[in-house]
Amino acid sequence: MASVKNIVRVANVTKTFQLGKIDVQALKGVDLEIAAGQYVSIMGPSGSGKSTLFNMIGGLDKPSTGKVFIDEVDISQLDAYELAWLRCRKIGYIFQTFNIIQVMTALENVTLPMTFAGVRNETAVEKGMELLQLVGLADRFQHKPFELSGGQQQRVAIARALANDPAIILADEPTGNLDLSTGEEIITLLKNLSKERGVTIISATHDIKMLNVSDQVVWIRDGRIDKIESREELTISVGRIDARAEA
Amino acid sequence: MKATAKPTPPATESLQIHRQVVLPWGKSIAIAFNSIRVRFFRSLITTMSLVLAVSFLSFVSVNTNVANGLLSTGDPALRQALIRSGYDLQPEDTRADSSPKQRWIVILSLLVCVVGIVNAQLMAVTERFREIGTMKCLGALDRFVLRLFLLEASMQGLVGAGLGALAGALFALLSNAARFGTQAVTTPVPGDILLSVAIATGVGCLLSVLGVLYPAFVAARMQPVEAMRAEH
Ligand SMILES: Nc1ncnc2c1ncn2[C@@H]1O[C@H](COP(=O)(O)OP(=O)(O)O)[C@@H](O)[C@H]1O
Ligand SMILES: [Mg+2]
Repeated sequence: MASVKNIVRVANVTKTFQLGKIDVQALKGVDLEIAAGQYVSIMGPSGSGKSTLFNMIGGLDKPSTGKVFIDEVDISQLDAYELAWLRCRKIGYIFQTFNIIQVMTALENVTLPMTFAGVRNETAVEKGMELLQLVGLADRFQHKPFELSGGQQQRVAIARALANDPAIILADEPTGNLDLSTGEEIITLLKNLSKERGVTIISATHDIKMLNVSDQVVWIRDGRIDKIESREELTISVGRIDARAEA
Repeated sequence: MKATAKPTPPATESLQIHRQVVLPWGKSIAIAFNSIRVRFFRSLITTMSLVLAVSFLSFVSVNTNVANGLLSTGDPALRQALIRSGYDLQPEDTRADSSPKQRWIVILSLLVCVVGIVNAQLMAVTERFREIGTMKCLGALDRFVLRLFLLEASMQGLVGAGLGALAGALFALLSNAARFGTQAVTTPVPGDILLSVAIATGVGCLLSVLGVLYPAFVAARMQPVEAMRAEH
């Protein structure tokens, strides 16, 4: 066993979607190990299978073959209750489309996962306010999503993802619907979280800005892992990054 | 083997919080209530057919209560008036009853109402796929989703059917008063009218919950990815 703990392990995962009579193989055998506390970016062009992999790791969808381990537990073996617990306590999700619950205020969105986790209401509200403060939205806690900008909604989503102190934050193109500078703010926020809280961050993206903050970059192409680069390798080959990402 | 292999929270957390996923009843009711309040117009449409059908049911049974009240006076003129207004009273009858045709129409209207509710609720649930998917990502169990929908339907049912039943009863009393005079309001047993209103409200609640069952099951059983991928 390696000395660093693998918080996520993906073993030979494939995923085939049936579109009528046609089979679309979105993942063609992915092996991946992610050490705890890392900031990992999954880079690849649109349609390369990033979201599919994101759903597999997050226990939101089941692989056609292969296994996903979280903390060395095969998540296909979990029952509905344990899976809900995993989604509630172990993983925080961030989506490209924010997915803030429209009928709830910012604070209610952040406290909902804590309610599911059995946290008392006052405690949840207190912690929800702290988290909103952390993402710089303490004064907007009573706002509904439609009263918030995209960047602010994504901040609420980040606060919500942190609600139950998850070990892993999964983000699927968190900057995909944001303008350049707002996207940068979100990336900085995520980076700080990984540094200060030791949260493992796994972010699917095709945003080159993510490269600077990643400890590890997993390049994915056509449902296969093309290449895994660590931070050091990245800085050496940084000149070629732009060319490769555009390809 | 499996028990030890489950993911375990850090020790400090597990002391504070039990390893479980919960949604307390108080919180469920608050969420369901808020959901209706925010989508008030939508809820109104969903409940409208119920209000109408229940008020019709209540109208018919209060009408019967009134007819019985009038009959109990033993006044032959009132008896004649009742027969003229359509009650099929034989000389030996001491009680009036709604005609089979009326009952048939009431049942039909309730059936139509259930179909209407199922339809409106299916639409409402489709609109909320993303919300449901998100909740599931945050750790909601299938039965939380089911419970929220059933709670919403019972609240809508209680208020909608309650109002409908009252309106139907009121309309029945007024229209009978116009036809038979004040005796129409003074002679019926108040308990009977109350019972009619209560039964109509109860039936309405039941139909509201019945109508949401299928849509709520569909929603609750959805996988989070399916739910969030759904366009609307
Ligand atoms: N539910 C689905 N049904 C059919 N095909 C799908 C589905 N989801 C993804 N795909 C296909 O799988 C491939 C990878 O998609 P995705 O993981 O969303 O890529 P990315 O997130 O990298 O843009 C694409 O070809 C896409 O069309
Ligand atoms: Mg994607």
